[in-house]
Amino acid sequence: MDHAVVSGHQFETSTGIDNRKLLMWVFLASECLFFGSLIAAYLLYRDRSVQGPYPDDLFDIPFTSVSAFVLLMSSVSMVLALASIQRGDRRGLQIWLFTTAALGILFISGQAYEFTEFYHHGLTLDRNLFGTTFFVLTGFHGAHVTVGILILLSLFVMTLQGKITQSESLHIELAGLYWHFVDIVWIVIFTLIYLIQP
Amino acid sequence: MTLADYRKIKPEEATPETPHGPGAHAHPGALEYVQIGVVLAVITAIEVGLYYIDLSHSLLVVMLIGLSALKFSLVVLWFMHLKFDNRLFSQLFVGGFLLALTIFMVALATLHGKLV
Repeated sequence: MDHAVVSGHQFETSTGIDNRKLLMWVFLASECLFFGSLIAAYLLYRDRSVQGPYPDDLFDIPFTSVSAFVLLMSSVSMVLALASIQRGDRRGLQIWLFTTAALGILFISGQAYEFTEFYHHGLTLDRNLFGTTFFVLTGFHGAHVTVGILILLSLFVMTLQGKITQSESLHIELAGLYWHFVDIVWIVIFTLIYLIQP
Repeated sequence: MTLADYRKIKPEEATPETPHGPGAHAHPGALEYVQIGVVLAVITAIEVGLYYIDLSHSLLVVMLIGLSALKFSLVVLWFMHLKFDNRLFSQLFVGGFLLALTIFMVALATLHGKLV
């Protein structure tokens, strides 16, 4: 059996790959199916509503563009957090982890604002097919971002307590994989749902 | 790929920068990550700019999907390290992605949905 050397521990695996990282990639592959189904449902039903409001009435592209930019930059700060811990820079890790969580909170705040605006314009979960598929898709994405923020803040507290060392960088890398996945899902949503109108 | 291919790096050769099992390579440095981030920001700005330019719909769709695919690839390859890590991770993720894409297209075709 080969050994996967990660986080200062050795595990016997048949591939020599750490099982935790393998599991994360399997999970992300399954998440592709989850979000792919939600996006397909949105595209199928967005222009089949029999009553408004419709996407054209509500979407604020400049605002959503800033949100997309914020989430994209959070991916940069996340990967800088990983680079910091991999070179043993715990201070850098703390700064970049906190920055990533803060950008995530900014993004989710923007989404809460957007949802509120849409609600005030008459769009609810059961108003029409556009409302149902839009809120389910972006709501699930927002839930993923929220979980990511909680993971990042937990890791931030652990770094303050000195519980994450250079040899345990896998914890940061796994959180990063999840965070980057949330980002690439938004890359797709931003283009297919917001920028490309029927 | 055989099991032997996964074992190109001996466990004792793994370091914090290459902790990802056999077949992995060192991750990029902070400067390269920042450069990728700048490229991603520029692509996003171009996408939004295209939205406001009076282009034909089909051309706009092709360009936006192309730019989106480029951003997707940059994040997956560099930030998620699929370019540098063991190929098994790439195979898993691409497999899931292609399966999702297939279901996506079949659903749209079956129910007469429109991508654009």
